[in-house]
Amino acid sequence: MNCHKQIWADSPYLEPVRASFRTGKPIEWIRVHDLPDYAYFNHSIHVNKGVGCSTCHGRVDEMPIAYQSSSLQMEWCLECHRNPERFVREKGKVFDMNWRPENKSATEIEYGRSLLVKYRIQGKQVLTSCSTCHR
Amino acid sequence: MSDSDRHINFKLMRDHILAMQDGKDSRAGKQYWRSLEELADSPAFQEFVAREYPQQAEEWHDPIERRTFIKLMGASLALAGLSGCVFQPAEKIVPYIKQPEEEVPGKALFFATAAPLFGAATPVLVRSNEGRPTKIEGNPDHPNNRPGDFPVDDPGRDPRGSSATDIFTQASILSLYDPDRSQTLTFREDIRTWTSFVGAIRTALDEQRPKQGGGIRFLTQPITSPTVGSQMKELLQAWPQAKWHQYEPANRDNVRAGAVMALGQPVNTTYRFDLADRILSLDCDFLSCLPGSLRYARDFAAKRRVTEENKEMSRLYVVETTPSNTGAKADHQWCVKPSELEGIARALLAGSGGPDWVSAIARDLQQHKGASIVIAGDQQSPVIHALAHAMNSALGNVGKTVFYSDPLEVNSVDQRQSLQELVNDLDSGHVELLVIVGGNPVYDTPSDLKLDFERLKKAKLRVNLSQYKDETSQLCHWHVNEAHYLESWGDARSYDGTVTILQPLIQPLYDGKTVSELLAVFSGQYDRKPLEIVKTYWQANRNQGQTAGAGAGAGQAVTPPPAGTGNVAAADFESWWRQTIHDGFVPNSASPVKTLAARTDVPASAPTTVATAAGSFEVVIRTDPSIYDGRFANNGWLQELPKPLTKVTWDNVAVVSPNSAFQIAGVRDNGGSTIGREHYVPKVDLVDQRGNTVRAPIWIMPGQPDNVITIYLGFGRSYKGHVAMGATDEPVGYNAYAIRTSYEPWFTSLQVKKTTEQHLLATTQLHFNMEDPNFSKEERDIVRSKTVDEFHREEKHEEKHEEPSMYEPYPYKEQAENAPNYAWGMAIDLNNCVGCNACTIACQAENNIPIVGKDQVARSREMHWIRVDTYFRGMDPAKPEGTNFMPVPCMHCENAPCEPVCPVHATVHSAEGLNDMVYNRCVGTKYCSNNCPYKVRRFNFFLYNDWDTQQYQLMRNPEVTVRSRGVMEKCTYCVQRIQAVKIQTEIEGRRAQDGEIVTACQAVCPTEAIVFGDVNDPNSRVSKLKQNERNYSLLGELNTRPRTTYLGQLKNPNPEIK
Repeated sequence: MNCHKQIWADSPYLEPVRASFRTGKPIEWIRVHDLPDYAYFNHSIHVNKGVGCSTCHGRVDEMPIAYQSSSLQMEWCLECHRNPERFVREKGKVFDMNWRPENKSATEIEYGRSLLVKYRIQGKQVLTSCSTCHR
Repeated sequence: MSDSDRHINFKLMRDHILAMQDGKDSRAGKQYWRSLEELADSPAFQEFVAREYPQQAEEWHDPIERRTFIKLMGASLALAGLSGCVFQPAEKIVPYIKQPEEEVPGKALFFATAAPLFGAATPVLVRSNEGRPTKIEGNPDHPNNRPGDFPVDDPGRDPRGSSATDIFTQASILSLYDPDRSQTLTFREDIRTWTSFVGAIRTALDEQRPKQGGGIRFLTQPITSPTVGSQMKELLQAWPQAKWHQYEPANRDNVRAGAVMALGQPVNTTYRFDLADRILSLDCDFLSCLPGSLRYARDFAAKRRVTEENKEMSRLYVVETTPSNTGAKADHQWCVKPSELEGIARALLAGSGGPDWVSAIARDLQQHKGASIVIAGDQQSPVIHALAHAMNSALGNVGKTVFYSDPLEVNSVDQRQSLQELVNDLDSGHVELLVIVGGNPVYDTPSDLKLDFERLKKAKLRVNLSQYKDETSQLCHWHVNEAHYLESWGDARSYDGTVTILQPLIQPLYDGKTVSELLAVFSGQYDRKPLEIVKTYWQANRNQGQTAGAGAGAGQAVTPPPAGTGNVAAADFESWWRQTIHDGFVPNSASPVKTLAARTDVPASAPTTVATAAGSFEVVIRTDPSIYDGRFANNGWLQELPKPLTKVTWDNVAVVSPNSAFQIAGVRDNGGSTIGREHYVPKVDLVDQRGNTVRAPIWIMPGQPDNVITIYLGFGRSYKGHVAMGATDEPVGYNAYAIRTSYEPWFTSLQVKKTTEQHLLATTQLHFNMEDPNFSKEERDIVRSKTVDEFHREEKHEEKHEEPSMYEPYPYKEQAENAPNYAWGMAIDLNNCVGCNACTIACQAENNIPIVGKDQVARSREMHWIRVDTYFRGMDPAKPEGTNFMPVPCMHCENAPCEPVCPVHATVHSAEGLNDMVYNRCVGTKYCSNNCPYKVRRFNFFLYNDWDTQQYQLMRNPEVTVRSRGVMEKCTYCVQRIQAVKIQTEIEGRRAQDGEIVTACQAVCPTEAIVFGDVNDPNSRVSKLKQNERNYSLLGELNTRPRTTYLGQLKNPNPEIK
């Protein structure tokens, strides 16, 4: 406990953190974004290829308590995997919560396509191959 | 049409077709066959070809089936109705409070250690997921695993070190998590603490003090560990009258005695097969059974490579008493009776006499002085070893391809004599405190020196340290549970003496103790921890542990240290310690080479009793190819591993020749008596001179000499483990130790008597047959084998014509503009495969493949994703013209027959060439496996995976789904490894290099027979191998366009012979 010794040190919301610090038992967080076990999801490849936080997780900066804003169903994942140029952004803007999550206009889609080339993102056929996610 | 009608109609049709073919000769001229039934084209064989799963495989009348069915239904009913219908149950994220250093959850760490399973240790690199060891592979940085000396222009050459292991090392991960392992320290079945044990020992030692330890006896296995060796020396100094005995059942006493006879002292002989052009093996299975086998196999394979520059192949002659893997790879193989072998060896030494091929071999060897090897099998008598030493000496091989060094054991003794002394002391009542460290002597001591209860009870206090509460533990007062090597600090020597310091991968699961901890108690050091013991030893002996190195008088060490390990200079012990443990070996610690001269006049051995009485057979006793001497009997993976030549699982057999089988029991094949289903073979009684009888099932092996029977050790245990006892609580297999004596441990003679009993054998020999089910006269092109001369002489290979296809070709090269476009493929070189089966076990470990048990194996339901088929050649079952091994994983066909027939698209083709298997879509139609011509698909007929046992949950690879019942599975080219490397390299912004992605089977293959890589990259090893002239597609005429192709075998026979 470094920060919360000083910031909001008495807040009741942070009682689990203080209890964990006292007893040495970890906090058991409930997963909000949970995929089924047969889908092997790797987070780092998405972040490193220009898929921003808000694209999948929504406006986390405006959530008092985190909730799942996307369906996380396979059809939802495929929307992007079939057309990655619509959802990819510059790597520098990955943490920008205000970035509009979908490229709609023609220029934006062109720009998205150039990002695919720049970031060496795999082609649609590879992205929609079953073994990319299921093994 | 009702079910039964349909059944009858097909049966009639099939009989009709068979009758039509009746008049003609049955597949005369068939070149390759896997079993005698196939050669004879018996109805049982045809059944196997027609149906992948034998008729009546599922019998509703069978009471066991019904019970199982109801149990399963009951279980699934119980699971179904509860807990409201949620999308999926909530999962939790639980962070570390104190994260172990360097660990990132989800990324694996690798640690170097060694597997000291028996004899010499194998250096390994163990993968650890979240602090649990999950997979074992060889340590590529270890000097023993340095890259092979392949011809420079050979495309198959791997510039990296080898990560090979043998099957025992691979399967030892299952032993670590075995729920049957001993979990508690006990005194006569009561659980006790370590402190009470130490207290009891102190009292016993106090009694011994006035006698200086005269009543103490230690019985250990041969010790090669320097730390334990020094502890034993300390002990014997503290207790001068105590004695140390060493015994293990598969000992190398004969090797030792042979060396003493020829060279005057016991030695450890090591070989450089990569410098040998001609090799003569006298019943030595050096490709699978020796301490240095992994290195020898790799070097041997290097010499069999034929390239543009290097057109010469080595030549291997094998004279043996029973067919073996090495015999299968030989250019010339002769199987002779054990009694004849010495005569042949003498003739070879003299250069003439004996059979006519002897002089041809002798001439050939003479023409390759200094570049040849004569090697004698461990089990051969000392005289034959001495003859081999004499031959090597005469050929000038010593110092060039054959090297002598000090024995690996700290204290090399004749183990039979050591056991005899212990037995004498026990019988005369001199033993008061007996400490049995490891091993299982109650089970595996020979019948004349048996440590049974009558003998053992004369020792007042018996202490036993072992991993299981086995037969020995049950007869000892104190049983201390032993730590597995993956839980231990220690050290061990590999085959050439290089020391590896063992580090634990996990805290002892059950608080087990290592050998060092136990021995420390007897030295009065009760609280020493293993880390401290090992560290103290190396602190004192660091410089002695490393030999003088190159150029120091005695000649260079056998394995040259890899360049750049300038570790000797590290003055500070701590950094040396950390570096050594990190690397996995102590640099320059290989035993230095000694120059010794062998005597050439080898005295004749005492005349052995040759079996002459009727019904009397010469017997060859061998350790079992997958259970070794019995210590792995509770390891399910090894029990279910089909043995290389017999392909028997869950049993041991007594191997006889076709003629002998007919003579004894009137049978001509291995179970063709029952149509369609199991192999029932007759059992015979084996009776030794003392009247001990063992009843064993016989197996007919093509090539076995007549009147010789081979029996295997390691089975018939009365230990009550879940695996060792089998489903029926009966011992699995027969106990060969009951008829093994100490004076004839490897070759003897027995009476063989026929019985009326039959035995069900689960053998995979006939399973997954790839022959044409239409019984056409054309034999399918499965195995290709040529001689080197034929290969060089023939014109450029016939053009590879591609059959027309209605499928559009996949655009493997044009997928993304800038991203790497991979196309995965594999090449398997049949010339290199030695049939060791390490690939099968590695695949099982990596992909969470379950075992199914003997009953299910008998129904062709074994789950191995890669199988190694054995093909015999020729027309005479008694003398096959050669044996070939063929590993068969999924071919990942471009025009896969399995893909279009799946009604739910559970198996589809990925854009990179993989045939994907999506378990969550599969509904279990099984049409795909029906359509597969290679029969590589496996179906989970039941819930084979054990989901409940907690220890197995630790063992499983988290990257691979654990399959439930009703889904099809198959080889995936280790897609989890492909994805892991792809993700890593894409994040780094580069292309994956050739050799970064290594499938599990490729990693452990000792001879680099399996090569995986990117076919789109023209410079990758696999691309170059596929351009080789020997390359062909298995069943290519079916136009499946498999991505896994094979390279045909080459043999180099001596033109003077036959």
